Amino acid sequence: MSTTLWIIIAGAIATYLTRIGGHLVISRFENIHPRVEAGLNAVPAAVLTTLVAPAALGAGPAEWAALIVAGLVSLRGGLMAMFLAGAAVLVLARQFVG
Amino acid sequence: MSAEAISENRAKSDFWQGVRLSLPVVVAAAPFGLLFGALAVDNGFSVLEAFLMSAMVFGGASQMVGIELFGQHVAPWLIVLSIFAVNFRHVLYSAGIGRRIAHWPPVQQAVGYFLLTDPQFAVAERKAETGETVGFAWYMGLGLPVYVFWVTESALGAVFGRLIPDTHALGIDFLLPIYFLGLVMGFRKRPLWLPVVVASAAASIIAYKTVGSPWHVSIGAVAGVLLAVILPPHHSGVEARP
Repeated sequence: MSTTLWIIIAGAIATYLTRIGGHLVISRFENIHPRVEAGLNAVPAAVLTTLVAPAALGAGPAEWAALIVAGLVSLRGGLMAMFLAGAAVLVLARQFVG
Repeated sequence: MSAEAISENRAKSDFWQGVRLSLPVVVAAAPFGLLFGALAVDNGFSVLEAFLMSAMVFGGASQMVGIELFGQHVAPWLIVLSIFAVNFRHVLYSAGIGRRIAHWPPVQQAVGYFLLTDPQFAVAERKAETGETVGFAWYMGLGLPVYVFWVTESALGAVFGRLIPDTHALGIDFLLPIYFLGLVMGFRKRPLWLPVVVASAAASIIAYKTVGSPWHVSIGAVAGVLLAVILPPHHSGVEARP
């Protein structure tokens, strides 16, 4: 087998371990401590924020405008509406600021 | 109608409800699937290898990092370690979602964890938050279209990669951050949401500037989670339940 194929297989196994690993560790405990539960409840906002914040900081006016509009739309509308609004602002703004 | 037929119909409608929720994910991920395929071939992968990587790893950012390092002729073990590092955030998703799908048979759980991507976790977690059960049919409805489109687009990108027009003018490189912001906003009613977001944002930015990518994701995430653990429980709302 080629090296590339080995990399793909090993990468796939490593990835699956991250996807099932947290559950396998947590499920060993009978009772979940309230503080651990509070931590787990914070997971979505904590992780997803790290996928936005550095990208936003390194961006320019067009991207900031898109994020602000998308953020405002998300206060009222659904996910699809906020996403389309943000994408529309981004494409429009980039025609002017590049 | 027999009870069996009724439950089969319910599974069907649950599945299609999941499919509807998968649409924004499919749209947001599409350019990246094509882009991954094109970049993979550009970095020395064959079309089959690009297809296999998407089908087996199924993790966009980690795949991009993997082929980038491959193109730079980095040692194979280091490429695998980097893929692991980029995907490490899934450990937290896994620990969180385990509570919601513990009632599934083991084989279904094993399949479920394979499909556990960022949006999969976020959308399932929101469903659980409203008190609804996260069923297998619904979860598959949400995850399978994302998977099938991702793998197909990777192959298409690998075959036709050079035909992708100006990706910058189309805003393609910044679609995912917009989508992820939407997911973050979706959790704004949770206790401690704002402190957690601020802590994670600050920590991830500092880590991005100092330690560098991809570690800023894990470091930023741990900062937000630790804050929720450290603050007294009456702030986090977990002791209020019976």
